[in-house]
Amino acid sequence: MPAPNASVLSRKDQIVERLRAVLPQDAVISEISETRAYECDALTAYKCPPLCAVLPANTEEVSAILRICHEMGVPVVPRGSGTSLAGGALPTADSVILGVAKMNGVIETNYDDRYIRVQTGRTNLSVTGAVENNGFFYAPDPSSQLACAIAGNIAMNSGGAHCLKYGVTTNNLMGVTMVMMDGTVVEIGGAHLDAGGLDLLGLICGSEGQLGVVTEATLRILHKPEGARPVLMGYDSSEVAGQVVTDIIKAGVLPVAIEFMDRPCIEATEAFAKAGYPMCEALLIVEVEGSDAEIDHQLDLIMKIAADHNPVELRQAKDADEAGRIWLGRKCAFGAMGQINDYMCLDGTIPVSSLPFVLKRIGEMSKEFGLDVGNVFHAGDGNMHPLILFDANKPGDLELCEEFGAEILKLCVEVGGCLTGEHGVGIEKRDLMHVQFDPQDLEAQMAIKDVFDPAWLLNAAKVFPLETSQSRRAA
Amino acid sequence: MTPQTEAELAEIIAGANGPLHITGGGTRPIGRTEGASLSTSGMSGITLYEPGALTIVAKAGTPLAEIEAELAKENQRLAFEPMDHRGLLGTTGESTIGGVVAANVSGPRRISVGACRDFVLGVRFVDGAGTIIKNGGRVMKNVTGYDLVKLMCGSYGTLGVLTEVSLKVLPDVETTGCVLLHGLDDTTAIRALSAALGSPFEVTGAAHLPKGIGGDPVTMIRIEGFEKSVTYRADKLRELLKTFGEATIQLGDTNDGYSTQKGWAWVRDVSGFTDQDGDVWRISTKPSEAAALAARLGAKAVQYDWGGGLIWALMPEGTDLRAKLGAFDGHATLIRGAADTPTFQPEPAPLAAITAGLREKFDPRGILNPGMMT
Repeated sequence: MPAPNASVLSRKDQIVERLRAVLPQDAVISEISETRAYECDALTAYKCPPLCAVLPANTEEVSAILRICHEMGVPVVPRGSGTSLAGGALPTADSVILGVAKMNGVIETNYDDRYIRVQTGRTNLSVTGAVENNGFFYAPDPSSQLACAIAGNIAMNSGGAHCLKYGVTTNNLMGVTMVMMDGTVVEIGGAHLDAGGLDLLGLICGSEGQLGVVTEATLRILHKPEGARPVLMGYDSSEVAGQVVTDIIKAGVLPVAIEFMDRPCIEATEAFAKAGYPMCEALLIVEVEGSDAEIDHQLDLIMKIAADHNPVELRQAKDADEAGRIWLGRKCAFGAMGQINDYMCLDGTIPVSSLPFVLKRIGEMSKEFGLDVGNVFHAGDGNMHPLILFDANKPGDLELCEEFGAEILKLCVEVGGCLTGEHGVGIEKRDLMHVQFDPQDLEAQMAIKDVFDPAWLLNAAKVFPLETSQSRRAA
Repeated sequence: MTPQTEAELAEIIAGANGPLHITGGGTRPIGRTEGASLSTSGMSGITLYEPGALTIVAKAGTPLAEIEAELAKENQRLAFEPMDHRGLLGTTGESTIGGVVAANVSGPRRISVGACRDFVLGVRFVDGAGTIIKNGGRVMKNVTGYDLVKLMCGSYGTLGVLTEVSLKVLPDVETTGCVLLHGLDDTTAIRALSAALGSPFEVTGAAHLPKGIGGDPVTMIRIEGFEKSVTYRADKLRELLKTFGEATIQLGDTNDGYSTQKGWAWVRDVSGFTDQDGDVWRISTKPSEAAALAARLGAKAVQYDWGGGLIWALMPEGTDLRAKLGAFDGHATLIRGAADTPTFQPEPAPLAAITAGLREKFDPRGILNPGMMT
């Protein structure tokens, strides 16, 4: 991270005093013993306590905070629930952490028009919690949905296992209230579709908290399907499994999820959760939705395709209990890998057709680097999650792991994919942006930040390679 | 000017010394601008199509029809169902995929699967300084850097000239079914559409025509998929909507030559307004407020799509529709006509400032379709 601004550090007392003047006493945290709670997010390898943290309760307070920080030239790092795997909420020593956790209310639910308006500190799962008694749900379902906040979902344009059918955050976001770095409050979109003018909503979603602080959001809600059931299939090679995925998609069935696990991952989850998975090179879980009869029909089609490719195992869930067991291993795959060792979770996306080649290359690189890797990912959309195992207590292992990870991400870009499918760039992939983008591509993106935050105070050390954004951040 | 390559286009823009009027196939003359004509039609052709990955990449000037024909061979389609504006606007020629993206053109299925902007995975474009820029890619999940793909989609050529787009496609369906309610007033019809859209039966079209093809009100609910599933859901919806009257069900092609597909194309293209004089406005709003809004307009005719969230209004020529609407949740666009009013809904000052700032960055000389989006 860049060196902190000495002038800001020296003015800490004045800054805290001005923030206290506009916020309730318990909403400003400046003691070092307490600011440590905000020193990192879920990318725990990097830590730095902020100058102070503020916990506003509403849009007006956020506006007051940003106006002060803008006037005093203080960097601000917005924070949802701190579950970012990319370091999106990592502070710098000279920054104010703006946490939205207190802003977790439901403002309005409207079932006729199928939306909910919430404060953005609300967790993803509790958005669904607010509407499920009426049979509705909020579709994007990142793995961290129990803890992650809508604010962070919007910042990172989060996805989840079911986005093959329902899309990611940007496809389910109808409107926002956002506070600009200078304190100006803007309303974009609302309870209607396709906000007018330029698609600023689309631009803000996924901008990693660099363009403004979103305080309220209008989200599309859907009625739950009548039911859902998965089928599990195992194959002797990832090539064949990849072909099965392609054939299912080409047959006109659109599953809600197609999940893939490779042998190292299967072995780890079996040791951990004993889900009864077959020991094989590639395991697929395919889930479809609808009424019982509709599910039967779709699963029949899928089972036929699956059977044509000589599966080592093919098992259809007949009821909720069997469905639960099929999902069990997949849902604790990350935890299972974590039992073996520390791991780094990557998130590159590749064209589905490159799957076998990329898996083969990752296997070869695993040997070259001497680090084990397991693959578990959303196969329907090519969003990979290689988990590289390393020992954080072994000197040099983290660095080696990061080097390996970078090579995998470069490979993803080489085959026509991208560095990150749903976790975001943050600090983790910041310095790899040159692999995917030419200088003029990055310049166009940075020009957008110039418009929203000309002084580059908002989460400025993220997304863009530090040397690329240097002149702007120093200005 | 009709450049044949991206490099040639970049040269033309860099060397331009006046405004440029950017066009694709010229089938959607929405908004007013001035300048030397610059067509993308010379940059044409599908560069990559992977049916198993549900992705297609094409140069901006590729005719929409060519893309749709290629997809049909693999039993796939552009799920956002782009509207054909030729009838309504009295234009001829070939709509291009670049034009579809530049105007974010979607159809009735927007209510379920999303708009054009939800299906664009990547873009290449030339900005107002002549710089070639790419964003997004050809994979379905991509959060690497800012999403300029969505920003370009619906920017009507004012931030840059598209040269290539990659799109997510979806499988075509086995059968289309339509559940029809008859004789409902606008408010009741929209309540019925809300009930259908709020059900688990995956409605992919929800329209109300106060004057249907036969002249009486008809409320249309579309379901698509495998035949058995469509039949099942149609029955369920008929049951669910009993309080709104006895629904009729149409499946696929009927004996009298009518097809559900043609019916929805008629809704999509607002064909009911084609041969009628007057200005045509497109209003995006909150469905439950749509009927009351439409009642304020004094329109010659209206049509509702998107469960009521999209109102098409045929207005007496020159009417300032926005003055009649007053403040409301949504925005109105003048699609056809000569009313002396901005084509697009004027933005509140802070948003207008952001928009102006973005234009200034991407087109510092203000030469790309100047005045188009105001």
